Order: sequence, then C-alpha cells, then structure tokens
Amino acid sequence: MKRQQFRTPSALPGFGMAYGFAWAYLGLVVLIPLAAVALYASSLGPARFMQIATEPRTFAALKVSFGLSLLAAALNAVFGLLIAWALTRYRFPGRRLLDAAVDLPFALPTAVAGIALSAIYAPNGWIGALLPFRVAFTPLGIFIALVFIGLPFVVRTLQPVMADLDRELEEASATLGATRAATVFRVVLPTLLPALLTGFALAFARAVGEYGSVIFIAGNIPYVSEIAPLLIIMRLEEFDYAGATAIATVMLALSFALLFAVNLLESWSRRRLGHAR
Amino acid sequence: MDLKIRNLRKDYGRFPALNGVNLDIRSGELIALLGPSGSGKTTLLRSIAGLEIPDGGQILFGDEDALQKSVQERNVGFVFQSYALFRHMKVFDNIAFGLRVRDRARRPAEGEIRRKVLELLDLVQLSGLEGRYPAQLSGGQRQRVALARALAIEPQVLLLDEPFGALDAQVRKELRRWLRQIHDETGHTTVFVTHDQEEAMELADRVAVLHKGDLQQVGTPDDVYDLPATPFVYAFIGESTSLPVTISRGQASLDGRPLALDRFDAPDGPARLHIRPQDVTIQSEDGAVLTGAVVGLRRSGPYRRADISVGAGHARIEALLPPDVEIAIGDRVGLAFSRSAVFPEDEKVLRKAA
Amino acid sequence: MRAEVIADPTSESRLARFAIILLSVAFLAFFLILPLGAVFVEALRKGLETYFESFSDPDTISAIELTVLVAAIAVPLNVVFGLAASWAIAKFDFRGKSFFVTLIDLPFSVSPVVSGLCYVVLFGAQGYFGPWLAAHDLQIIFALPGIVLATVFVTFPFVARELIPLMQEQGTSEEEAALSLGAGGFRTFWSVTLPNVRWALLYGVLLCNARAMGEFGAVSVVSGHLRGLTNTVPLQVEILYNDYNFVAAFAVASVLAGLGLVTLAIKSGLEWRYGDEMSSAHRR
Repeated sequence: MKRQQFRTPSALPGFGMAYGFAWAYLGLVVLIPLAAVALYASSLGPARFMQIATEPRTFAALKVSFGLSLLAAALNAVFGLLIAWALTRYRFPGRRLLDAAVDLPFALPTAVAGIALSAIYAPNGWIGALLPFRVAFTPLGIFIALVFIGLPFVVRTLQPVMADLDRELEEASATLGATRAATVFRVVLPTLLPALLTGFALAFARAVGEYGSVIFIAGNIPYVSEIAPLLIIMRLEEFDYAGATAIATVMLALSFALLFAVNLLESWSRRRLGHAR
Repeated sequence: MDLKIRNLRKDYGRFPALNGVNLDIRSGELIALLGPSGSGKTTLLRSIAGLEIPDGGQILFGDEDALQKSVQERNVGFVFQSYALFRHMKVFDNIAFGLRVRDRARRPAEGEIRRKVLELLDLVQLSGLEGRYPAQLSGGQRQRVALARALAIEPQVLLLDEPFGALDAQVRKELRRWLRQIHDETGHTTVFVTHDQEEAMELADRVAVLHKGDLQQVGTPDDVYDLPATPFVYAFIGESTSLPVTISRGQASLDGRPLALDRFDAPDGPARLHIRPQDVTIQSEDGAVLTGAVVGLRRSGPYRRADISVGAGHARIEALLPPDVEIAIGDRVGLAFSRSAVFPEDEKVLRKAA
Repeated sequence: MRAEVIADPTSESRLARFAIILLSVAFLAFFLILPLGAVFVEALRKGLETYFESFSDPDTISAIELTVLVAAIAVPLNVVFGLAASWAIAKFDFRGKSFFVTLIDLPFSVSPVVSGLCYVVLFGAQGYFGPWLAAHDLQIIFALPGIVLATVFVTFPFVARELIPLMQEQGTSEEEAALSLGAGGFRTFWSVTLPNVRWALLYGVLLCNARAMGEFGAVSVVSGHLRGLTNTVPLQVEILYNDYNFVAAFAVASVLAGLGLVTLAIKSGLEWRYGDEMSSAHRR
C-alpha cells in the first residue's frame, strides 16, 4: 500500500516557499485576528454570551440585519435573473454600458453609495420628496441600500452559467413539443438554480455584514432601523468588547454557515449534474 | 410520412449553406445526409426540424407545409449530436418530458406515461437505469436515452445529428447495428447526418451526398459507390485517383495518346478520368489501356498498394493489388481498368450536362 | 417569407423580450445609475468653484494623503500574497487545497466591521496585546498600522481570486517546458508564468486598490476618526456629511466615485481587449 502523499510530486519548484508564505500571511492577517474575536467571545462563558446575544436591542438589530438582507437578496434574485438573462441573451443598444454598470456597487465605496442613497431618499431628497411615505430613516431605506450592494453578486454568478448554457437543451425541449414558457420553467431555470442559489447566498452574506451604505440612510433608531454591525461599533465606543465580540461571533457563525452551504451546494450540483455551478 | 424538400435555400451571411436542395424522403426509409463539414447537411436537418428557418423553398410533411409550423408543432424526434439531455432530470423524467409538456387535452395520464417510458427503456436496452442522472451514464447510454426521449413523442420523422460522433469506435459500431434494428422494429422515417461515409453506407437505405450546399447525388449505397454522379462523390466516397484527359467525340486521350477505353458520354474538352485503386489490374504492356512505371510499393493490410507514374506529365495512379503480385519499383507495367468514369474539368459544364 | 410565423425556438417572443429588457434597464437605472448620478449632481450643486474649494480643506488633503499611503502599503502586500497563493494552488496538487481556497475567500464573507473589530480585540486598549503595546509606547489601533491591517484584511482575496482560476486553466506545461530548457525556478516564474497572467494581475491590483481606497466599515472601527491624522477619504466624507457640509462631502465622494468609474472602465477595456488572456469568467 502506498502511503497517501500530502502533495503530488511535481517538477516545478517553489511550492514550499509559496505555500508556506501564503499560510503564514493568511494566518497573521486573517485567521489569528478572527480567532481572537471567537476566543474573546468564548471567554465570556455560555451564560453571559447568551445573555448578550439575546438582549432585546441586540436581538432586534440582528433581526433587522438578517431579515432585511433576506428580503433584499430575494428581490435581487428575481431581478438579477432577469438582468443577467437580458445581458447574456439579448442584443440591444446600451447593453455593454449596462453590463459594466452592474459592477457599480463593487466599484463605488460604500460610504459614497450611502450618502448618495440618502440624498435620493431623504424626505427632501430627489425621490424622497415625491413619495407620500418615508424611505430614508426607516427599514425600507436599509432595504434599498442592501438591494444596491447585493445585485452584482446575483448577476455575476449567473452570467457565466447562462453563457455556457447549451442551446441544444432548449432546442431539444422545443422539438419535444414544449412551449417556450415550458422550456424556460422546466429546462432553463432548473439548470440555473444552483447558480441562482449561490448568487442569492452571496448577496445575502454581503448584505448581512454591510455597514457603510446603510448607516447614512438607516436613521439608526434602536429596535427599528439599527443594524448589527452598527451595534458592534457602538459597543466598541463604550469599550464593551464583550458585547461587541458576542454580536460579531453570532454574525460570523451565521456567515460561515452560509459559506459552508454555498460550498456544499456547488459540490452537490457538480457531482449530480456533472458540471461546475 | 414521406417528406418532400423543394428548392430549399439558406444563406449564412454571404456563403450559401443550402443552395436550392431538392430531396424526396420516402415513408419508413432510413436515409443518410453525408458530406464534409460545411456541406449544409446539418442545416438541412435542422431546417426539417424547424430549428432553422430557411430563406426560401418548401418542406412538405406528406401534403402539409411544414414551414407554416413551429418546431413544437412539427412533432419531429431530434437526437442532438451532444445528446442535449436535461442534466437536472433523471433518465425517466428526460424520456417522459415530451409527454408531460403536452397540453392537458393531449397529455397521457401519469400511469400511461410511466408504462410508455419503461417500454422505451426496454427498447433501448436501458431497463433499470431510469433513476440515474445523465451524468451517471456512459456516452453510449446517453445516446440511447436521447433516442428514447425522441421516440417518446411518437414523431412523424426521426432526425439524428451525427448520432455516433461523440462515441469511441467500438461503441459506435455496436450502436450502428442497434439503430438499424430499432429502425426496422419501429418503422419511423429516419434521417441522420454524418460525415463518416462508412457509417452512411452501412446503415442507410439511401445516401444523400451534399457538398457546399448542393445535393450531389441521392441513391442506394451501391449507386453512390459504384456510379458516382459527380467528381466530388467519386473523390469523397471510397478512394480514387484521377488523370487529366481530353475528350474528343467520346474518346479519352492522355497527352495526345488515345486510351483503349469504351466511349464516354461526355462533351468534348478537358476532363478528368477517375479510377478506384481496386479497379486497376496489372497486365503486360501489349493491349493495355495505359502503360507506366512503378514508383512506389507498400503493404496495406491484405493488399499491396502500388503508385504508378503514367503519361508524359507526372500523373500517378494508385493500384490495390494482391500481395503476391510480382512487380518491383522501376518495372514498366501495363494497366487495365475494370471500371472508370470521366467528368468534364469545368464543374459548370458538368452541372449543365447533368 | 413566413419567418414571422415561426419564432426562434430558443428565444422569447418579442413582447417578452421587450418587457425583460425594459425591466432590467429600469431596475439598473433606478438602483445603480441614479445614485451614481446623485454623487456628481450634489457635488456640483453650488458650482465648480465651491466644488474645488472643498479640496483646499487641510483635513481633506491629509485624508487623501493617508489613503494613498495606506493603499501603497496594503496593495503590494496583497499582490505578493496573491502570487504566492496562486502559484501554490494552481501549479501543484496537494491535499486540503479546496479548504485553503475557501480560507482565502473568508474575508469576503466577514462583515467589514467585524474585520476591524478583530484588530481592536488584539491590539486595542483592552485587547490581548493592548497593555503590552501601551507599556512599550506602541500604537496600532487609532493609528496608521491599524488602518493598514484592516485594509489588508478586507482587500486580501482580490489578487489571488483573479489569478487562481486563470493559472489553473493555463496548467503547468509551459513552466515544465521552461525548466526542461534549463531555466531556473525564479526565471521560469518571471518570464513564463507572470507574462501569462499579466492582465489578470493588473485587474486584480485595480480591484484591490479601488477597494483599499474606498474601504469604510473596517477602517472606521480602527481609525478613531482623528481629524487630520487618522481619517481616510471615506471617513472624511462621513465627517463632512455629518457636519451638514453636503457639497464638500459629495465633492470628496465624487473623487472616490471617479476612481471607481476609472477602475470599471479599465476593467471593461481589459475584458474587451484581453478577455482571452483572463480567466473564463471574464470572457464575454
């Protein structure tokens, strides 16, 4: 029996150096600092930890962050699907420009997006002044900011999959008598589902942790429009490291669970459907 | 269901994919569309299916104008080159798809669908694999699922695009025999596209040879092999060599010397004489059609191949000879042809003559 | 002829197509392009003169200087990491590779605020190393090192992410050829591997840089908001905005937005011109 090797032998040099350096850097910059948060939170003990995590204001903030992120990611899933489809399948004037514009939320710093959104939706803002109800300084404002930052995740995850979509599948469906609608719902969408779920999860994860684009438009009213990341900052300003790390740990745990789910989904769809994403 | 294709035209940008094709496909026959890539064979097949919209001409299913119908309405079974199986559906659901997407009035009950799918799985010898996903099947198995799926809708005509193209040689031979068997059992009018002449000849009742958007010849495998209608068919199907000759009142001559061949029914002027290697025999120089010098000699399977230089130019003829033939490089030999054909040099003249 | 009777079997009806395009354009215009426009319109609301005056504020100038300095330290660090990690991952097979790749993506799924918090817990006044640092008169939090660390954390995966898929697609045969021709390891990397990924590397650097200069949440936690000292440009935007100095806030923000737009333009240009030399995700 051959002993299983850590690494397949290769003629190329430099693995040890590159791999060692990458681990050291990753460890120092990311892993140890993250572990420090978890360690600090765990030193509180389970009882104290639970007490902080379920404190009404914390609980309300987590609910706002997760609930609105879920809604925003859902809206992005629907419109991201339409937009990705229009951008990959149709040719229309301005398509390239629109395609580039999808990356705007990646390119615009969050604080810039934040003040721009509040200028638009503030009660005396561009759109805010026209609406009979308030958008800025309410959960609706947070929702709009979270839609803004989440959209590219859905579109950019779907686009390559749509581009690789085998037209023959749709042709096969048509020769078998399926109407276009039946082809879209029974053949195209199920094929896109893993990528759509991945995009949804990425948009959701990003929205949960979002800070810069939200705080300007949110109004930050405790129990109503206060998001979890803001609460972490407030606890830090009070030098309440315990409170800050406890909330952070809850958020980390949920994002890692999501990340894990995405990886699971991708490997499942690769295995079952015989292709990546 | 017989199919009539009348003067079908299709252009992609500037070059024509179909250049006024006429073809009658008889009910129940198995016909091959044969040609090199770019010959228009796939465009013709996809036009029949309704996946391409031709620029002009007619396609009749029986007496019905198929061009007035969408793909969905044409009820054709199409087997794609890469099979196009739905990856997210199990084998069973793939085959059932065409029945399940029918409108309520025409949709069979689920029990009926189940019975039919299992019957088809039995036909394609895949019983027991209905719960698998396409990714869990071999290439040959996927091919069979694709065929079963196409057959499930009880198509008026079965169309296959390079059905064995993606398979390795061993599986290909097996499936070829098996497809013929299925065809004979089910009796569907079947059209398949291939670039492999051996596949077309072995499998089809008739072969339609296409080249650059033109239909060159339609006939039984014997016809196209033994009596090629055009120089292209001569060159494309089987092996052949050709000599530049001149025709004068039906008499062919090479470099001014008349050849001892029967008169050809061809117009006067420059032409090419086509001969297949196996139709060449070696004899003494006296009374030979042609004489030449052996310039190359090599063993090829059960035969010996000889390259023979003839005429004043450097024209060569290839001959397929028995292995025990007693010739050596440098020998002068006489040649006789058991079969040959001549075509005018200019293809335009040819088309007029044809 | 009868083409209008028979629709393209792999496309939607004209009406559906039109509706989908219209919805997409409307959604993008409303949610993405409108905010971008708002930045520039608000910045120029009181004319060009006021716009340019905003940049004579010494606090703003020092914020710009600090941001450039932070990016100049953080980006090269992440480039070195990105090259090392992608070399190891793309050119070698080893156990635990996919786990390693997942770890590299980790900062993407961590809230920027939590990234900042990490360093506060380690180096803050009441953090693990706080007392030791105080005793030696070293300051990390509320100072340049903390801002650099937080920036490195959030921009960590950008370069590696662009390089890994491309280097994987390219395989190892060219490197093996170079080695067989007698080139050393470093020479092989420098003259074979690096030129093959140059556009992807440039793209990664641009993304990393744009994010480094625009990072808000993480930096906000570790900076301490000391005007003229530890304020980066995005933090300066926040301060100006909260001071109701809207024109100045949007003017400074417009610089960041401009940086983002330039990055986007170069990215689109790279994808258009060198798409086949980038990983398949960028080929359009």
